[in-house]
Amino acid sequence: MTPILIYLLGMTAVMIIVAGIGIFWAIKNGQFEDMEGPAQRILMDDDDPRIPRYADSRSKKQKVDVVG
Amino acid sequence: MSSAEKTCYHCALPVPGNARYPVIIEGESHEMCCRGCQAVAQTIVDNGLTDYYRHRTALPGIGHEVVPEEVQKLALYDHPGIQKSFVRQEGEHVKEASLILEGITCAACIWLNERHLKQLPGVQQVQVNYATHRARITWDDQVIHLSKILEEIQLLGYNAHPFSAERQENLRRKRRAKDLRRIAIAGLSSGQVMMLAVALYAGAAFGMEDSTAALLRYFSLVLTLPVVFYAAWPFYQSAWNSLLGKRLNMDVPVSLAVLGAFIGSAWATLQGHGVVYYDAITMFSLFLLSSRFLEQGAQEKSVEAAENLLKLAPAMATKVLDGGQHQPVPVLELNEGDTILAKPGESIAADAEVIEGESKVDEALLTGESRPVLKRAGALVIAGSINLEGPLLLRVTGVGENTVLAGIVRLLDRAVAEKPRLAQLADQVAGHFTIGLLILTAIVGAVWWWLEPAQAFGIVLAVLVVTCPCALSLAAPTTFAAAGSHLLRHGILLTRGHALETLAKVNHVVFDKTGTLTYGKPVLQRIIAFSDADEERCLLLAASLEQASEHPLAQSFLSRVAGTDLLAVQEAQNLPGKGVSGAITGVCYTLGNAALAGFEPVALPNDLPEGATLVWLCDERYTMAVFVLSDGLRPQARELVVQLKAAGVQVTILSGDAADAVAHVAAEAGIESWQAALRPEDKLKALRELQQRGDVVAMVGDGVNDAPVLAGADVSIAMGGGTQVARASSDIVLLTENLLDIQRALQTGHASITVMRQNFAWAIVYNLLALPFAAFGMIPPWLASIGMSTSSLVVVLNALRLR
Repeated sequence: MTPILIYLLGMTAVMIIVAGIGIFWAIKNGQFEDMEGPAQRILMDDDDPRIPRYADSRSKKQKVDVVG
Repeated sequence: MSSAEKTCYHCALPVPGNARYPVIIEGESHEMCCRGCQAVAQTIVDNGLTDYYRHRTALPGIGHEVVPEEVQKLALYDHPGIQKSFVRQEGEHVKEASLILEGITCAACIWLNERHLKQLPGVQQVQVNYATHRARITWDDQVIHLSKILEEIQLLGYNAHPFSAERQENLRRKRRAKDLRRIAIAGLSSGQVMMLAVALYAGAAFGMEDSTAALLRYFSLVLTLPVVFYAAWPFYQSAWNSLLGKRLNMDVPVSLAVLGAFIGSAWATLQGHGVVYYDAITMFSLFLLSSRFLEQGAQEKSVEAAENLLKLAPAMATKVLDGGQHQPVPVLELNEGDTILAKPGESIAADAEVIEGESKVDEALLTGESRPVLKRAGALVIAGSINLEGPLLLRVTGVGENTVLAGIVRLLDRAVAEKPRLAQLADQVAGHFTIGLLILTAIVGAVWWWLEPAQAFGIVLAVLVVTCPCALSLAAPTTFAAAGSHLLRHGILLTRGHALETLAKVNHVVFDKTGTLTYGKPVLQRIIAFSDADEERCLLLAASLEQASEHPLAQSFLSRVAGTDLLAVQEAQNLPGKGVSGAITGVCYTLGNAALAGFEPVALPNDLPEGATLVWLCDERYTMAVFVLSDGLRPQARELVVQLKAAGVQVTILSGDAADAVAHVAAEAGIESWQAALRPEDKLKALRELQQRGDVVAMVGDGVNDAPVLAGADVSIAMGGGTQVARASSDIVLLTENLLDIQRALQTGHASITVMRQNFAWAIVYNLLALPFAAFGMIPPWLASIGMSTSSLVVVLNALRLR
């Protein structure tokens, strides 16, 4: 029995406990209640007044795409 | 699509040629199809929410303008008596309410609502759940009122209804969190234990120091403890309950195996030699917990969808005081003998007797009768029916528990209690298997005790563990979960997983007529134009006249004409009980019943459908046209009947409607066997007769009157647009209202039974093969563990074929 094995198993135990606490915290905070919403929500940029706006490609096809 | 035909930028319906409803979006002018869409789009632009148009992935419904009357109705929601049921007081002036949003089609809709509401002064928090379409809103009542929030939602083209199921929802959330914690524990520890198991197997094959092996075993033991004593707890509970009820369910052998394997492994670990099964215990617990969680998730989803229909209608009635003043009061505060006023278009708040007035009342919800019933002074009306034409002064005869509606619900409760239960394959197999296993183990134990007492305990454990019914107990729940999610993707909600098994045995499908085989509302079937009148023109005139009408028939005209083609009507008048009139381009037209037409009778063709409603259009001198409206057969009805018959399933109609109407629909749909004019209790009786003949009956229905029959049938299917009670008492809900889904559900039922049988066969064969080796004490540890895990995996993968 090598000390390194004991050390690694100890590390495993610590990691499992940390992971467990993390998951329990997430469950308690309701992060598993809406499984689809957050994935969709991330796509919407709420904060874009500073980003120059380009109307959708459909209506401005003829214009040169500056960002391109 | 031709370039000439433009589509509405908001709802993508075609823009009629003469329509001019432009909105400037991001510097570009876009055409809308109607004033409603224009108003909604303008609101979106004005609030800087045009991103909605870039991100949406599904189209919204057609927009509608918010009219002042609706806003007035919303004001009722500010009444403290009404708010009591769905608003929580969070702070001194801060309130929180749960709302159901109607009209959500994609994630962009949710973004739109959240963003817009958050911009309102006084609104503190808005959160919309994507899966359930429920919103939780917190606001400061000093700054903004709930009615204003509801109005803003309407301005965006959605509809919000207050919702009070908080208690159930909280319970559900707690249980879900608990289940997730169990799965998390099982997942975390099974991953680690499996890794250690690989090391142990490798060690067994290539040699490992005894002390290292012991260390790994002890570590696995510690990791398995929380699984056995926390994650697997529900199995023991269920097993205990079933033993108390003197039955054997699947959880009995599951608990025996988990506990047996654990005790055996712990013993081996402490002794320093023997077989350990930690990896099998943790992995099996993880599989079983997850598949049951998925199965339950599908069920909860359907419950939530059903609850969303349970809108809190403004439960208000107009009470007439002694002095003649009108006062809005909550329905709960009504007493017998009170006088109330039911305005046209309103639903009647309580069972009552008509004192004054004359009107037609729609009782379809309760009686299944699709035609409105005329009520005069002295007649009785029932709570929940809808007053169609004129105001009615009513004396309350029954409220709450004493209403006809409450009576039907009681009938329903009884039917649910008496619901026939087909013996479920899984429980049956579990029962036999457990008894067989226990007897065998006892015999093996006795023989070894006689031959070699020292070995007996270890061998008994080995038999228990090796024959662990992992695969067997996973067979049913994984199948249900996979089939449930398959059906859900096609708009079929399985509210009770076990209905699948029954579905496969169905040999007789019983339909309700109104709202099930038919749409349940009048559809314009035919236009008979007289003399030189043009049919299209007549329809346009009629629809234009109906614009201002709240009569239910109006919608069947308006839905046939593009909203923007409608002509302007001057001097529009509602003639309660008769129809509407108004002037279009200077000519005065009337649209209504024969009494309103008033001219000499015109010869009508005699092939009109039975029970059709006739609506007459007249100008100042002549009768121009007659519109024939009747309840229309759903287009898929015929095909479904053909498919069912081809599959050898009998088809019957049980309806509360009059015989002629039922005969007509039966002939049209190709159904030979039907019964008409049945009350809910008669329907239940007719159903019981079929069941006594030995038929396994699936009932398809939608109304309150169907609820007891739905509950009494072997398996019941409710239409998604049906009433709440009908949905609550059914096993399957057709969200898409597509009748052909019934055939799909039946097919899935058959497929899942096949898969389940395969799973059972596999599990039993595996056990039979493993048993002799275990009984003779010659199973190597790695083989036992791998065998257990593989047999479970095979079952899970086989079930996934159903998806």
